[in-house]
Amino acid sequence: MNAELLANITIFALSLLVGFEVISKVPATLHTPLMSAANAIHGIVLVGAMLIALTADNLVGYVLLFIAAVFAAMNVVGGYVVTDRMLQMFRERGSRR
Amino acid sequence: MNDLSVFDAIIRLIYLGAATCFVLGLHLMNTPATAKRGNRLSMLGMGAGVAAAGAYIVHAAEATLTAWTVLILGAAIGSGLGLTSARRVQMTAMPQLVSLFNAVGGGAAALIGVHDLLAHSGGVPVSIALPAMLDVVIGGVTFSGSLVASGKLQGLISGRPIVFPGARVVNAVLALVLLGVGAWVATGTAGTTGLVIEAVAALGFGVAMVLPIGGADMPVVISLLNACTGTAVAMAGFVIGNTVLIIAGALVGASGGILTKLMADAMNRSLTNIVIGGFGTGDGPGVLSATDGAPVRELAADDAAILLGYADKVIIVPGYGLAAAQAQHACRELAELLEERGAEVAYAIHPVAGRMPGHMNVLLAEANVPYGQMKEMEEINPEFPRTDVALVIGANDVTNPAARRSGNPVSGMPILDVDKARNIIVIKRSMGHGYAGIDNELYTDARTGMFFADAKAGLATLTAAVKAVTA
Repeated sequence: MNAELLANITIFALSLLVGFEVISKVPATLHTPLMSAANAIHGIVLVGAMLIALTADNLVGYVLLFIAAVFAAMNVVGGYVVTDRMLQMFRERGSRR
Repeated sequence: MNDLSVFDAIIRLIYLGAATCFVLGLHLMNTPATAKRGNRLSMLGMGAGVAAAGAYIVHAAEATLTAWTVLILGAAIGSGLGLTSARRVQMTAMPQLVSLFNAVGGGAAALIGVHDLLAHSGGVPVSIALPAMLDVVIGGVTFSGSLVASGKLQGLISGRPIVFPGARVVNAVLALVLLGVGAWVATGTAGTTGLVIEAVAALGFGVAMVLPIGGADMPVVISLLNACTGTAVAMAGFVIGNTVLIIAGALVGASGGILTKLMADAMNRSLTNIVIGGFGTGDGPGVLSATDGAPVRELAADDAAILLGYADKVIIVPGYGLAAAQAQHACRELAELLEERGAEVAYAIHPVAGRMPGHMNVLLAEANVPYGQMKEMEEINPEFPRTDVALVIGANDVTNPAARRSGNPVSGMPILDVDKARNIIVIKRSMGHGYAGIDNELYTDARTGMFFADAKAGLATLTAAVKAVTA
């Protein structure tokens, strides 16, 4: 096992713990926007999809790059827009849109 | 670790900044008032992360012109699709869309694993091949499973549990292939053949896993698939050695994990039980009920209106039937009328009231119900005994007092204590059963009046009747 892998496993484990800590405080009212926001966050996979471009140099590579880019971009953009749309609807008593 | 160039260090610091924005963004979602800011912050982090990746690719100057064209074209098409679907989707269809985004996220993560395994032709180190294999498996299962879930929710595939003969055998074979070939792929020597078999088995397993799950279990399934997507993205991060993917993936994995547990607990069912076969499969215990043949009191609109019009405290108990009938606005209008008459009105929301966690809250928010009026189960249950009228609209199993006794399909399920209210009005089209397939003892309670109507029309009738009787 190399040092980088071990460092990455450490980051993974600690991030899981941070995730549990932060997310268990979200009230049930916001669970759908939370899930949608989390959905948008996993759109960070776009970064990984973009990096395929560095090594793609044949047809298979380009096809993989294309599909991954479409999927990931759809995930990011759609996820954030729809979360924002939902959160716009939550209003306090008395305030009108 | 080797020394980084200044450029690489800056890129990594930007990734760290992006990860920080994600954590803080999720943290801000702990109140409705700050949630929007949280999402914007998370968006900012995402923008920075993507820009850093772009800068990295430019700086490395290794991408071919074709690769750039393909990347930009793909990203543009994907963004367009995402934007259109996010703008057009109706709030009732939110679970399908979230499921679809799970699918594409998991799919993209799996493709990163596939690409990396293919790029290292001839011998991949285990430290990369193992996470790449997990990435392909989890991502593949999530991709096909989420598409099936989305199709079920959209009504493209029957929402009932689909069980075909020999399904168990197929699942077992797929699981064995996933494990066996997976171990081979993880050694880094399997080549293209092993990878293709593994990917196909993962896609098949995703379909086989979700098909037998019934509509009532969708909140759990969506949460679980969300957790899987997060994990797949984290694995993709291990493959390409990118920390922001690992952090973001782990955060989402944790979020999906928590929601899965909450949903499963709210239905008093174990995850294994849900994945193996759901409510409504017809193979559960026979219909058990102590109320067979007990009389039901039918309520006329005027009688219901008198109860509501002179109540000091009313709790509305909405179920998915309310949203299915598009009756949220009619419901809010009645609630506002009662409030104008001085009543205290709250909404009691069971955790599995919609098709995904918190779905009912969004549907009510869309109809302009203030979030302060939406109460969680633990918060509202002690208030039922002090409530003059509990108005149940489109909710069934989650109000069944039989859950407090053992020996029936809903036993042990946490329920809303609707039966403790002084008067109960149930708006329902017929005496039909909920997903659990048993009689609801609430309906035959002496204090319950049944108002048989479609939710939307029934609420409009009640609103008019309240105005008339109190004029």
